[in-house]
Amino acid sequence: MEINGSRMIIEALIAEGVTKVFGYPGGAIMNVYDEIYKQDGFEHILARHEQAAIHAAEGFSKVTGEVGVAMITSGPGFTNAVTGLADAYMDSIPLVVISGQVPMSLIGTDAFQEIDAVGISRSCTKHNYLVTDAKDLPRVLKEAFYIARSGRPGPVHIDVPKDVSAQIAEFDYSLPIELETYKPNTRGNARQIKKAMDAIAGSSRPLLYLGGGIMNANATEEARELAKTMGIPAVETFMARGTMGHENPLLISMLGMHGSYAANMAMSETDLVIALGARFDDRVTGKLSEFAKNAGVIHVDIDPASISKLVNANYPIVGDVKSVMEEMIILAKDKIDSERYAPWLETVAHFDELHPLSYKDDSDRLKPQWCIERLGELLGDDANISTDVGQHQMWAAQFYPFRRARQFISSGGLGTMGFGFPAAMGVKAADPERVSVNITGDGSILMNIQELMTCVENKLPVINLILNNNYLGMVRQWQTLFYDKRHSSTPLEMQPDFKMLAESFGGIGYVVETKEEFDAAIKDAVEKNVVAMIDVKTHRLENVMPMVPAGGSLFNMMLESKD
Amino acid sequence: MEASERRVLSVIVINEASVLSRITDLFSGRGYNIESLTVAPIPDSKYSRLTIATSGSVRVIEQITKQLHKLIPIYKVIEHADLVEKEMALIKFPITESLSDIDALCGAYNGRIVNVGENVIIAMVADEPCRVGHFLESIKRFNPKEIVRSGAVALER
Repeated sequence: MEINGSRMIIEALIAEGVTKVFGYPGGAIMNVYDEIYKQDGFEHILARHEQAAIHAAEGFSKVTGEVGVAMITSGPGFTNAVTGLADAYMDSIPLVVISGQVPMSLIGTDAFQEIDAVGISRSCTKHNYLVTDAKDLPRVLKEAFYIARSGRPGPVHIDVPKDVSAQIAEFDYSLPIELETYKPNTRGNARQIKKAMDAIAGSSRPLLYLGGGIMNANATEEARELAKTMGIPAVETFMARGTMGHENPLLISMLGMHGSYAANMAMSETDLVIALGARFDDRVTGKLSEFAKNAGVIHVDIDPASISKLVNANYPIVGDVKSVMEEMIILAKDKIDSERYAPWLETVAHFDELHPLSYKDDSDRLKPQWCIERLGELLGDDANISTDVGQHQMWAAQFYPFRRARQFISSGGLGTMGFGFPAAMGVKAADPERVSVNITGDGSILMNIQELMTCVENKLPVINLILNNNYLGMVRQWQTLFYDKRHSSTPLEMQPDFKMLAESFGGIGYVVETKEEFDAAIKDAVEKNVVAMIDVKTHRLENVMPMVPAGGSLFNMMLESKD
Repeated sequence: MEASERRVLSVIVINEASVLSRITDLFSGRGYNIESLTVAPIPDSKYSRLTIATSGSVRVIEQITKQLHKLIPIYKVIEHADLVEKEMALIKFPITESLSDIDALCGAYNGRIVNVGENVIIAMVADEPCRVGHFLESIKRFNPKEIVRSGAVALER
């Protein structure tokens, strides 16, 4: 059929099964918004800032595993969205982001709201397109969805000039994708997998190092079964929280800069690292030359470039972590004697007894760690937990009892303050049955506060739990520890009244200073089912511990700090 | 520090807008070095061939190759081990310099004089990049006014 470029975008989104689109209109994308108005195949949710629209699409994608879709206009609309694209790129989140562009005849003339969008997005997307003819749109849209979700997932950006979105051309979405230069390898090499299993069988202190790739591959069940079949303990990266399940006896904890003593010691003492969908990020490894120093490395990853990038892999396996683990499980039943690692499990348990994750509770003022633990007791598996970035984020990763895949939504790689609220909004749009909580800080929450309006308008009752210490806490922590307590620009003495702020948007606000008030506020917010801001006045000087100072070795942890 | 070595890569890419900037962005964004880069379409195909001379440790070169592979419009990356490599240079001399001396020297480096005008002599050579370097050293005494190097092209043996 012959239709205009805008209609093609609508038809393609519907054909891809898209149900929700987050976006913000503007001059160059108006043709597309006109077609959005005329259709009822998907719902468009108007964010109040383009960055938030992308984060909402990320949240939507993280919870469902589907491709998130966002739509924005040219110029400032696009530049506002760049942070979201970069965030999705770092955390391998599949997105298709469509931006308007000035008409072809004006490109390169410094036209109103013109920016070289594909030039900017090139380094923060998996791929991008500037569509110069509407006849290319069906192919580009189909490729974009395929590229976004296949291989190592990531955001794909499509820039559509205004005359192209008006141009009429033939639309046939049934044509097959022909990308001869892009063929991601999903099946791991069988011989290599066998060799890796032999290495495991010969090791005495093997350690599963589970990364966010397991979530992307929907492979938490396989990870649990693999660990159980082999009787091997596991550490999770920040991005993998929830993979093993909180009570799993083989789960040590999170490793890395704010990982547990036991997890970091296990990584330092292991003789064989089994990396599954993890990328040896600097926040995980600490000082590279001291990382798992005496260990061999098995590295399973869908992205060949992640293998031997930072840590040399003795057994590199390029493939989808789910299918590789399936094969490993089959081989493990023959090859691996799970009793073999019992002494190692004891060693690990001993590490945990020495220095378990802990904090000192306080009867005067709420401790942020208590708030997270209590939230976990109150909501547990029934909630999806998003976070912003900072101390609260680390405490959430340390103390919330994650038991489900895709329960924890946070900005890991880019560390984007302002991510949490819009992400939690996208999460709620995707999974309305579950409570969507954004654990945030008094710094982060103000970075996308305008989304209160989106949530109220679209009845997306996100609960914002603000762990309010009147500080940019994480930076303050570093200033305290490494800058001789010179708290430069980190005290947040001036704050809005968060309760009134929420109410002015039509939400509900709470001020919490005691444990009783905390319980009451959570229960009431869940029950009332409207957008909530819970302003929890927490201990001001609490630090996230343990901590591996940046560039330090994992086994050299600060276990407690006096502030 | 791991030892840095020079490497020549051939990169076969789909001929499309912005593919070159994808590659150069990758090099600058990840802090890799480009010594020289040449590009031209492959006859009777939709592909172009880039020849990139770069340097880095074994690990860096491996990363460059893998990261290039990750770019969607890249068809193939060939990391040359055993290759024939050539580079061309054009040199402009003042007319006052000795035509025969320059011609003889060019001859030793697969070159010749290609143009003699009212004020200048233009010569060309085509040889291995390191030999082109030697040549450019040896002609200094003829007071070259301008030098253009093409960058390396290479074929696997």
